[in-house]
Amino acid sequence: MLVLAVAVKLSAATPYENPGELKPQGRLDELVFARWHALNLTPAQLCSDPVFVRRVYLDLLGTLPTATEAQHFILDRTPDKRRVLIDRLLARDEYADYLALKWGDLLRIKAEFPINLWPNAAQSYHRWVHDALRDNLPCDQFARRLLTASGSNFENPPVNFYRAMQNRSPAGIAQTVALTFLGERADHWPSNDLANLAVFFANVGYKTTAEWKEEIVYFNPAATNAGALNGSPLNAVLPDGTKLQLSPDQDPRVVFADWLVQNPQFARSFVNRAWAWLLGRGIVQEPDDFRADNPPVNPELLAFLEQEFVSSGYDFKQLYRLILNSTTYQISSLPSGGGDPAAAANFAVYPLRRLDAEVLIDALDQITGATEKYSSAIPEPYTFIPDNLRSIALPDGSITSSFLEMFGRPSRDTGLESERNNRINAAQKLTLLNSSQMQKKIEASRMVEFQTSTNRTPAEITTGMYLGILSRFPTAAETKTAQDYFQSGIGKRQAVVDLAWALMNSTEFLYRH
Amino acid sequence: MSAFFFDIDKQRPRITRREAIRRAMFAASGLVLANHLSFKAEAAPRAARAKAVIQIWMWGGPSHTDIFDPKPDAGYDYCGPLKTPIETNVSGIRIGELLPLLAKQADKYSLIRSMTHGNNGHETASYIVQTGRQPGGRTVFPCVGSVVSLTKGYDAGYKGLIPPYVVLTEPQGRFDEAGFLGQRFKPFATGGNPALTPFAVEGVIAPGVTDQRQKNRRELLHHLDTLAQALPEDPQIAAATQSENMAYDMILGDGAKVFDLSQEKPEVRERYGKSKFGQSCLVARRLVEKGIPYVTINYAGWDTHKENFQTMRRQLPDMDKGLATLLQDLSERGLLESTIVWWGGEFGRTPKVQWEAPWNGGRGHYGKVFSALLAGGGFKGGQVIGASDARGEEVKERPVYPVDLIGSIYAQMGIEPATKLPNPEGLATSVMPVATDGIKSAGLLKEIMSA
Repeated sequence: MLVLAVAVKLSAATPYENPGELKPQGRLDELVFARWHALNLTPAQLCSDPVFVRRVYLDLLGTLPTATEAQHFILDRTPDKRRVLIDRLLARDEYADYLALKWGDLLRIKAEFPINLWPNAAQSYHRWVHDALRDNLPCDQFARRLLTASGSNFENPPVNFYRAMQNRSPAGIAQTVALTFLGERADHWPSNDLANLAVFFANVGYKTTAEWKEEIVYFNPAATNAGALNGSPLNAVLPDGTKLQLSPDQDPRVVFADWLVQNPQFARSFVNRAWAWLLGRGIVQEPDDFRADNPPVNPELLAFLEQEFVSSGYDFKQLYRLILNSTTYQISSLPSGGGDPAAAANFAVYPLRRLDAEVLIDALDQITGATEKYSSAIPEPYTFIPDNLRSIALPDGSITSSFLEMFGRPSRDTGLESERNNRINAAQKLTLLNSSQMQKKIEASRMVEFQTSTNRTPAEITTGMYLGILSRFPTAAETKTAQDYFQSGIGKRQAVVDLAWALMNSTEFLYRH
Repeated sequence: MSAFFFDIDKQRPRITRREAIRRAMFAASGLVLANHLSFKAEAAPRAARAKAVIQIWMWGGPSHTDIFDPKPDAGYDYCGPLKTPIETNVSGIRIGELLPLLAKQADKYSLIRSMTHGNNGHETASYIVQTGRQPGGRTVFPCVGSVVSLTKGYDAGYKGLIPPYVVLTEPQGRFDEAGFLGQRFKPFATGGNPALTPFAVEGVIAPGVTDQRQKNRRELLHHLDTLAQALPEDPQIAAATQSENMAYDMILGDGAKVFDLSQEKPEVRERYGKSKFGQSCLVARRLVEKGIPYVTINYAGWDTHKENFQTMRRQLPDMDKGLATLLQDLSERGLLESTIVWWGGEFGRTPKVQWEAPWNGGRGHYGKVFSALLAGGGFKGGQVIGASDARGEEVKERPVYPVDLIGSIYAQMGIEPATKLPNPEGLATSVMPVATDGIKSAGLLKEIMSA
């Protein structure tokens, strides 16, 4: 199956880097490199193929490569294999699952308190978002569909945008819209500006029907919350200061959506989120906190991405493709010049980040062949959740587990990016190092069964487990350590279990790197 | 479709904040909190009397009229078979007939029979009772445990290995306990079952793994952690190492002994009752002894839509034994002085019994009036605050809103009402609401707070 000699030949000084000069792949890299040059920063080296394959699977799919997938990629000698892999992954189902998870956080897709979408509305909303991302619906149309939708929460899923917020006053809606589509915290705006934006949402009406938990979102010309359309035109001011008049028969949400998608800040907020998701921090950081006194770390880079995004027709996959194929994305996590914070802020090193809660449990399950049991806390209408559903594909933020809670899954209360908490703590370590949950997964895994039941040598076992768990071949030193452990007299099965346990508790497994 | 299993609140008519405040100001039964200065004025001279809280969360909404607020004169349609309340060791206080042991401890606790918020949805009512806030704003506030974790936990000098906010055994769910404070202030859920031996606290006790094997495989892990070795200065790895060290102190050190109930005498374990709830009370006492400031016992099974009385007969003896012993044991050990015991759920239950099928003697959700129990930590015992009417359907006197009870706990704990709650959106948020929040209040429980 595997030949260890190949691995040894392939391995460099560390298994993580490809030595050699960094070459810019295009304008994006030139702008980043120029910044390094200006600040006299030494960037990390290019990441190795094993690091790349793992990184791009985790970042694009929220999913580990299988041992076979990792091995094929590592041994493939095609020169542009990284580009080919990126295109292949962008077409996979998990791409939409994982992106819908991120958008589910931002849009607060959740059946229960405090959002109270209710299970069937949460599911249909998630399905709509998922399909839009899978089909690569241009982002301007994505925003427009959400912002201008009317109808039933069950029949026209995008109307749930207006339901998935605790504060449905015009000002509350305006704050949510500013956060979601402009990446701005309207709390920091002058109060006039918020009131002005609220005018565009003053005519959002809600009504219930005879159907249990159905709710209609509609254009209500008679609403008087923030300024009525009393049969005469109403003066309104857009966030950029443009004054206009709203006529009584016009849904102001449409007027706003027309303006929004033409506004450069709309495109900037999208490209900055995409950048932050792939590179670990935004060009503006936090990625949803644009304001005058929080400037971009590289304004030219932000402007370039914005232009590319607009000229592509708001094509999100194309934006991802542009970033993923850059040298900047593909540098290693081992810093060249010590831990200089300026290097991290300017993307001269790829930052370590603990795997998202859902990604981590899916990775553990993929390796061990285990599945999770999820259920909705709401008994009726019954929510069917198949056993083999990946955690990244959970449609509803109210469906959860102790593991997901412990590992910082966001509660989907606010839509802030920072709600997701990927910081490690002692309780998480206890779970990973010593819980019965982990122990059972490993002990009962097909991997342990396979590795112990055949006539495999310790070196072969080690190679197979490294590929499955860490997506790479072991180094000679690592193989030696593992062999010594096998020969320490504890028995083959226990050695296999302990080796799996050790690799699944390693930094390399737990962190994007 | 059975509507009332769920949050049946229809969308409330939208009203402006000003209107909400105006309505609340004029509401007959409650005044809006003037500002937290009024709380401060009352609380300022107080030193902290309480060091810890044991919260017994009666998930589902326990039937007030069958437990601490019996109404024997209301007739069979209200009392069902539980029509003979019993005297307690405090003259004039009678409680439900299934609580003989708690009847002997009434001098140690006070009952509030006029809790009210008017909400009948589990999630929303849980939020109101545990945060003192109203839903509908932009933020989700933290519950009492998370606030105590913030103000008495690691940022306030707490040094214990066990996290400062522990829940036995499962998290409550339904709303995010830590709210906007974030994941750091969520409770540590033990998992496992303390009535079994060993009490397999998730992550701490792994049956079948010897200490020697723990050490061997930890060494293997360190040898094979190649990326960590290549990144000696990475702050993420430093944080992970620190967490790992804390975890192993728990796994291999003395920290975990607090969960080892075999260290208690068999007769002590027996006194608490061998039920999961009884043994949870014993663990809670052990945690408080070790200085953990907030322990929640999440006690499910009180959502008695069907066959309410059978459930009462089955479950109340466990509750009676566990809670009565906890109060007595804390008192004997001199811990009751400094430990608040707070018993209650998200609401009460409809005093009028639903005899018809499919309920067969069930009770629905009831937020208009319900009961709570407070003991210890400076709260007087042997008192009753407020009253419900003859059938337990309305507040008759002295309404107590959730914020009043919570504010009183904070006062006993020495937590200043104006203490800032760090808010990720930069909003000015404090431990207690301010006037503009429009929260109904009828004042702290001065009746049972010694001067």
